[in-house]
Amino acid sequence: MVHKYDAVIVGAGGAGLMAALNLSPHGRVAVISKLYPTRSHTGTAQGGIGAALGNMEEDHWEWHMFDTVKGSDYLADQDAVEILCREAIETVYELEHWGLPFSRTAEGRIAQRPFGGHTKEYGKGPVRRSCYAADRTGHMILQTLYQQCIKNQVHFFDEYHLLDVLMADGRCAGAVALCLATGEIHTFHAKAVLDATGGCGRMFRVTSNAHALTGDGMAVALRAGVPLEDMEFFQFHPTGIYKMGILLSEAARGEGAVLRNRTGERFMERYAPTLLDLAPRDMVSRAMYREIREGRGIDGKNYLHLDLTHLGADVLDKKLPDVTEFVRTYLGIEPKKERVPVQPTAHYAMGGIPTDANGRVIVDEANTPVAGYYAAGEAACVSVHGANRLGTNSLVDILVYGRRGARHAASFIKENDWAPLPERADDRAREQVSRLMPANGKERVGAIRDALQDEMMEKAAVFRDAQTLRAMRETLQELRDRYARIKIEDRGTKYNTELLEAIELGNLLDLSEVLVESALGRQESRGAHWREDFPQRDDINWLKHTLAYKTANGIEFRFKPVTITRFQPMERKY
Amino acid sequence: MKVTLRIKRFNPEKDSQPWWGEYLLEAEPTDRLLDALNHVKWYLDGTLTYRRSCAHGICGSDAMLINGANALACKVLLKNLGSTITVEPMRGFKVIKDLLVDMEAFFEKYRKVKPYFITQTPEPEKERLQSIKDRERFEDTTKCILCGACTTSCPSFWANEDYIGPAAIVNAHRFIFDSRDEGREERLNILGAADGVWRCRTIFNCVEACPRGINVTRAIGEVKKALLFRRF
Repeated sequence: MVHKYDAVIVGAGGAGLMAALNLSPHGRVAVISKLYPTRSHTGTAQGGIGAALGNMEEDHWEWHMFDTVKGSDYLADQDAVEILCREAIETVYELEHWGLPFSRTAEGRIAQRPFGGHTKEYGKGPVRRSCYAADRTGHMILQTLYQQCIKNQVHFFDEYHLLDVLMADGRCAGAVALCLATGEIHTFHAKAVLDATGGCGRMFRVTSNAHALTGDGMAVALRAGVPLEDMEFFQFHPTGIYKMGILLSEAARGEGAVLRNRTGERFMERYAPTLLDLAPRDMVSRAMYREIREGRGIDGKNYLHLDLTHLGADVLDKKLPDVTEFVRTYLGIEPKKERVPVQPTAHYAMGGIPTDANGRVIVDEANTPVAGYYAAGEAACVSVHGANRLGTNSLVDILVYGRRGARHAASFIKENDWAPLPERADDRAREQVSRLMPANGKERVGAIRDALQDEMMEKAAVFRDAQTLRAMRETLQELRDRYARIKIEDRGTKYNTELLEAIELGNLLDLSEVLVESALGRQESRGAHWREDFPQRDDINWLKHTLAYKTANGIEFRFKPVTITRFQPMERKY
Repeated sequence: MKVTLRIKRFNPEKDSQPWWGEYLLEAEPTDRLLDALNHVKWYLDGTLTYRRSCAHGICGSDAMLINGANALACKVLLKNLGSTITVEPMRGFKVIKDLLVDMEAFFEKYRKVKPYFITQTPEPEKERLQSIKDRERFEDTTKCILCGACTTSCPSFWANEDYIGPAAIVNAHRFIFDSRDEGREERLNILGAADGVWRCRTIFNCVEACPRGINVTRAIGEVKKALLFRRF
C-alpha cells in the first residue's frame, strides 16, 4: 500500500510529537510509531528538564551552556549548544502554557532542583536548574504533547514499524513501514521524513531502556548510506537498580541522596570534591566501577549503595514518589530505612544520525544535507551532548530540536514537490521481511540477543581497551553468523512480534558493530568513552567527531571538526 | 524456583477457540512476570504474543489479567504469584492475539473527554502561576498511564461497553480540577451524559486494579459531586 503525505514523522516520543505539533499545521503529516504514542520512552524520564529560568536563584543560559560544553568533555558543537540552552527557556514556558503540571514553588512558579553537572557561575557549585513535575517529568511531557496532538488532530499510524527510508537522487522520498496489526508493508511517499525513533540501549545487558529501544531509525539510516556520528559515546547512568537496570533518577542525588561503598564511605568525595555525587554521569559511573574493582563493592560484589535514608518522608513521598515506589516494588526495600543496591545502567546514546542545527540529516564532514531528511532526539546527533550528556538535557534536546527540525521541514514542504518514488520502492524492506519470515534454522533470536547484551556489557561498556574491543569484534562476527541461521516459529501475519524482534535484533547487531569499530578507532579517553590503553584526552588528535559509514568493506570513517565558539577546551574537574 | 505459567492463547489465523498453554520454567523469585513471559517467548514458544516496552510500570503496555486480577506484568514479582500462575488478556476488550487486545475503543473514549488543556485566557510571557495547593488538587489523576487496567476491571463496563469508563473519567478529572483550565463545563457536559459517570456503581475494582495507585473511585466521586453542585 502506498500513502502520500507532505511529511512523515517516525517515532512518537517527545521529539516526534513536538515535531508533529510544529509541522502538522503546514501540510498533510503522518506520524508512524511502533508503539502507541503514550508508550514511548520519553515517559520514563524522571528528574526534570534543564532551563535557566532562575526561579529559585540566579541563573543564566550562558551558565547552562558552559556546563553542557564542559559536561560533553568539549566535544559538543557549541553553536548547537547555545541554541539548546537559549531555547530551553521558552520551551519550558510553552509546555506550561500547554498545561504541563509542573511542581511549584511557594510563589506559584515552576519549581527547580539541582542536577548532575549543572552549576552556577561557570562551575562554582550546584545550581537549581532542573524544572520538574515530582519525579515524573517525562511522563508529564509525553502526556502533554500527546494531548496537544489530539487537540490538533494529528494523524497517527500506531504500531507501524520502520523498515526503510527511501532515497532518490540525494533526496529523501519517504519511508517504508510494517503494519504490525496486519503484517502488510506500507510505503509512505513524502517530501520530508523526520526520524525521531530514539535510542538503542538494548544492546547492553543492564539498561534503563525499554525493550523497544533497538535503534531502528539509526540502523535504517546507516543501511541507506548515511553515516552515524560519535557512536562510541554511550552513557551509563550511575544509579540503575542492581541487575535490573531500572533507572533511579539523578533527582534522588539532586535532593541529597549519596552513594556509599562497602565501608559506608561517601566515595565521591575522592573523585569530585566540589560537586561530589552531583558530578556528571560519566565520572560517577567510572568512580563506581573503580570502587567495585578495588574491592569496595557491597559484599565485594559489583554494586554499591544509594543512600536515601536521611532525606525524610516528605522529600521521598512528595518529590521522589516513583523512585521510592520502584525500590519498594522491585527490591522489596524501604528506602526510608535501608540503602538501595545500584550499579551503572546503559542509558543514552550520545551519538546518532548526524544533523545540523535545523535538524537536517548530513552525510559528510562538510555538513552536506540530504534534502528532505530530518532527525531529532536520541536518534540524532546535533551534537549538543558531545562525549557525555548532562542530566535533564535529553528532554531539552528532544523538544528544542524536534521543533527546529519541524520548522525547517515546514518551509521545505512548501517550497518543494515530492521526489519521484523510486521504482519498487519497498523492495529492500520486502526482501528483509521475506528473508526472515520463513527462517527455519536452529538459532533463537532471544538467545542471540542475550549473548549480544552480555558480551557488550563485558567488553564495550564503561571501560574498554583494544583487546576487549577486538574480542567484541570477533564475537559480533559469530553473532551475525548465528543471526543468518535463526528460526521464526510464528508464520502468521497479524502481530508477528517474533518477526519484529528478529528485525530489531538485526538493527542492534549493526549498531553494535558501529559502536565497537568507532570505539576501537578513537585512541583517547573522553567523556563516556574510556580507553584503559589510552587514558588521557587527546585534543591534538581527537578533538573531532567520528562519522562511521557502512560499506561493502566494513565500517569506514571520516572525521568532522568540533565547532568551538565561546569556551576553549580545559581540563575537566568537578 | 519452578513456576508454571498457564496462559490463555488465541491465534485468529489458526484457532477457532482460545486454549490454555502450559509452560514450566525455572526463574528467580524476584523476576517480574514479564521476565517469565519473555522467557517463554524467547526460549520455549516464539509465537506467544503480548505488548511490552518499558518493563517497569510506566509505559502501560502490559496490563493483563494475572491470577484473576488486572495488573501490569512488569510490576508483579513471581514470588507474590504462587507456583502456578494464570495469565489472560484483559476482560471486555476484543482479543486480537493471545494477550494482545484491541485498545482502539478505549482510546476513543479517552479522546471523547477532551483530554487536553483548554483556556481562552491569553498566555503570560512566562509561566502561569499556580499555588502548591492548587497543583496538589489534581496530582493523583496526573499519574494515569492509560494501561486500561481500571476500565477492564469494572463490572459496569462489562455490563455496558458504551460506559465511558474509569480511565477516561480520571483523565477528565485531571483537567476539571486544574485551576488553570477553563474547559470544565464542556467536560462536565460529556461526563454527565447517559454513558458518563452515573454508570459508576462505586464497586472499587478500579482502585484495586490501578498499577499507579490512583484512587480512581474517589476521582469519579469528585466529578459526580462537581456535576451535582453545578445543577443546584
